[in-house]
Amino acid sequence: MLVDSNKSSWLKALSPAVPVMMGYLPIGFAYGVLAVNAGLSILQTVLMSVIVYAGSAQLIAASLFAQMIQPVSIIATTFIVNLRHLLMSAALAPYLQHWRNSEVAAFSFELTDESFGIHSLRFERGENKPLSSIAINLVCQLSWVIGSLIGALTGNMIEDVRPFALDYALPAMFIALLVLQIRNRRHVIIAVLGGLLSLVIWFFGATQWNVIFATIIAAAVGAGLDTWLHPQS
Amino acid sequence: MASSTIIITLIGMAVVTYLPRLLPAWYLRNKKLPPFLVAWLRYVPIAVLSALLLPALLIQDDVLNFSPTNLYLWAAIPAIWIAWRTKSMFATVIVAMLLIALARFFLS
Repeated sequence: MLVDSNKSSWLKALSPAVPVMMGYLPIGFAYGVLAVNAGLSILQTVLMSVIVYAGSAQLIAASLFAQMIQPVSIIATTFIVNLRHLLMSAALAPYLQHWRNSEVAAFSFELTDESFGIHSLRFERGENKPLSSIAINLVCQLSWVIGSLIGALTGNMIEDVRPFALDYALPAMFIALLVLQIRNRRHVIIAVLGGLLSLVIWFFGATQWNVIFATIIAAAVGAGLDTWLHPQS
Repeated sequence: MASSTIIITLIGMAVVTYLPRLLPAWYLRNKKLPPFLVAWLRYVPIAVLSALLLPALLIQDDVLNFSPTNLYLWAAIPAIWIAWRTKSMFATVIVAMLLIALARFFLS
């Protein structure tokens, strides 16, 4: 297919990024405020959003910088908090077969929980063109960087995004992404199992590992059911 | 903390964040995988989204919150219904945010 330079089709291609942007701008803003108050310069604050680009890990890192924690501990914590992306990267791998190495490298750099949710749904529908996928990621990261910059510039002017309910944009998006993935009863079982396991593991104190372990176990149960019982379509 | 130390820490954070995002996609994309692993990978999106979502709805300030004041939880119920009926991410997000905003306006 020819490259479509039509403006409206580009807007349509980028539309999945809109809820992410609504969520990333205010959370990026909150991170920016936290980071400059933790003693990072405006440049360092924005640099983290450009080269690390990981929401919860950046918020945690900002509070660790504020406590003057050792760099090695900050890096190790970041690694553990972001390790769940290993599973997401693996799950998207089968759809990247015909991509160039450079496209895979650019795409994975901007793989977050939210962009993963969007792409896992798009890819399953066969919408896995590298250009539009990377463009969606770029728009998402841009909103994160802009949010961080505004937060860093306004510094400790108190922010409250709650009256606008913007803090619910990402949870609501996750609800929609999850529901849209569910096609049969077995999917419902695995979703409930994954959520409950995550809560239980968190409750017993593994607060950085709950998502990873819950995902590994719940997906394995699903795969086991598909492999040893009859598969559901 | 010295500026150079902060920059080196940021670069370290960038590396340990990027590698787990890159390596599985990089090495697995052209491999023929065993059927169990293929089935497992297909369940990862559902499993990981619910593993992220449920704690986000139920845990507030580091404690489980089932109380009527937990708007995140109660708004999730109509949101699930809307997502199910409309199959639209945008409609779900807009209506859920509107419900939260209205609840805060009238309950506070």
